[in-house]
Amino acid sequence: MTVATSTGSSSTAGYYGQPIVAPHVWEDTIGWYFFTGGLAGASAVLASAADIAGKQRLATHARRAAMIGLVPSPLLLIADLGRPERFANMLRVVKPTSPMNIGSWLLAVFAPAAGGAWILGELGRLPTSTRMLGLVGAVTGAVVTTYTAVLVTNTATPAWHEAKGELPYVFAASAAGSAGATVTVLSAMSGRPDPIAVAVGAGGAVAEAIASTVMQRRLGDLSTYHSDAPTRRLDRLAKLLSIGGAVGLVAARQSRLRTSIAAAAVLTGSVCVRLAVLRAGTASASDPASVLRQQQRP
Amino acid sequence: MTVVDHQDLSVDASAPERVGFFTDTTVCIGCKACEVACKEWNELPSEVRGLTGHSYDNTVALDATHWRHVAFVEQPADVAVPDALADQLRAQASSMVWLMSSDVCKHCTEAACLDVCPTGSLVRTEFDTVVVQPDICNGCGYCVPACPFGVIGRDDHSGQAAKCTLCYDRLRSDRTPACAQACPTDSIQFGPLKELRERASQRLDELRGAGDHRARLYGHDEDDGVGGMGAMFLLRDDPEVYGLPPAPRTTTRDLASMWKSAFTAATALGVSIGAVVSVASLFTRAGRSGKRP
Repeated sequence: MTVATSTGSSSTAGYYGQPIVAPHVWEDTIGWYFFTGGLAGASAVLASAADIAGKQRLATHARRAAMIGLVPSPLLLIADLGRPERFANMLRVVKPTSPMNIGSWLLAVFAPAAGGAWILGELGRLPTSTRMLGLVGAVTGAVVTTYTAVLVTNTATPAWHEAKGELPYVFAASAAGSAGATVTVLSAMSGRPDPIAVAVGAGGAVAEAIASTVMQRRLGDLSTYHSDAPTRRLDRLAKLLSIGGAVGLVAARQSRLRTSIAAAAVLTGSVCVRLAVLRAGTASASDPASVLRQQQRP
Repeated sequence: MTVVDHQDLSVDASAPERVGFFTDTTVCIGCKACEVACKEWNELPSEVRGLTGHSYDNTVALDATHWRHVAFVEQPADVAVPDALADQLRAQASSMVWLMSSDVCKHCTEAACLDVCPTGSLVRTEFDTVVVQPDICNGCGYCVPACPFGVIGRDDHSGQAAKCTLCYDRLRSDRTPACAQACPTDSIQFGPLKELRERASQRLDELRGAGDHRARLYGHDEDDGVGGMGAMFLLRDDPEVYGLPPAPRTTTRDLASMWKSAFTAATALGVSIGAVVSVASLFTRAGRSGKRP
């Protein structure tokens, strides 16, 4: 009988295969922001460390890298709002239960600190103020690289929420990779690639690939990084670019061209990692079977 | 010192009770009057989405412009009908029965949408219901994936989040929400939540007593993952059959552990970069001091 095919035992899980939880509505601009925010935050950390260690050339380049990441960040965030003209409502309240609200406040402290340190650094004035602002930028910047992980894991999307222990490490490592790569290029353009930037860039990129692999393993049958084709392609591309870029950065030595190509690979890899997270979330929330598996876990 | 006198207590007593819905799906006839009444009262746009082929359900899901959604599940009669009624119903419905259920926002005690809202647009009202303030919402979309029931959506036209308000405007003037008012079979019941909980338990006992062992309550338990729901349901199959999550959970409950991971990772980032810079400094100093006699 035809009726029998529409029972719960059919291939479509739940209610006609309809999603049980709603997939996120964010565009790729949010993935790009995860990237630029991470670049800015990790660069500020590198700038402060270099400043304290007395490596002023490296500190200057890292402060510039932080600005490269910082300037587009609010624009990307505002562009994705349904009502962009109301972006200031983000700071209407202080709300600890909302990672997006806390992130907005973090940016509101990070941006003037990193921006101020950059301006003073370029002017070469008030070294103590530069260092203090840089330190504030480094502390807030480090959290800017990882709060975005809390933002997505505090949702009903299974592949996000169940990655709550690992995703901050993926994002932190990815941020370090992109910061190192950017500073490498900036230092190469005005002389030779800074070895510290190369180490941070290559180390971050490799750590990103490792952390991402660990996260996917831990997600187990909730991971959509393999089951969803667009996510799988992006994820493979990300690992290829990150590992290849890391090897390239170390192998490029003094060559500006090879250094730039390797850095571009690391940066693109970092973008792909963020976009893959968004794709994985869409696939995960859209699949009712995934939600049921999550809720049947002990 | 604040002395609490009788006047103060009387003010507390006059605060409205928590209200909600009890949807008894066993008497739902799938007329969709609730969907229509909701759209009419709340001035929600109607768009023709075409036929889904999913029984009589062409609404598909709750979202920014659909605040009531009647689910239609078709099952063989022997699966879902109580023994006492099986013969009669089988004859009437050609061995097939419908499970119909009008879904709605659960107005959770611990509402994830409200927790994650960065602007404070989502608030709890004096009736203990959860509403979006349209003059505040900036359309960030965070509430959409946060809701454990997939209830709230972002409207393409307004760019803002929207969901059931439990007819906040009607509650303010002592009126029943439009869907409950329109329901011709009292499948949707509105009232103080305490009363509804008792009524739901009684109805369950009644059905169980009549031999319907498939009847069960959903959203009745105050110790569930969302701290209890403001809208509960009497179902005749597993929640997921109706598109409801079997064990919904407000993820804000894990917020402390999530922030801990984030801070640990941020610290690891700082320490790693600091270590690289320090080690490099040692090498350069060693190199310099080696060169200088």
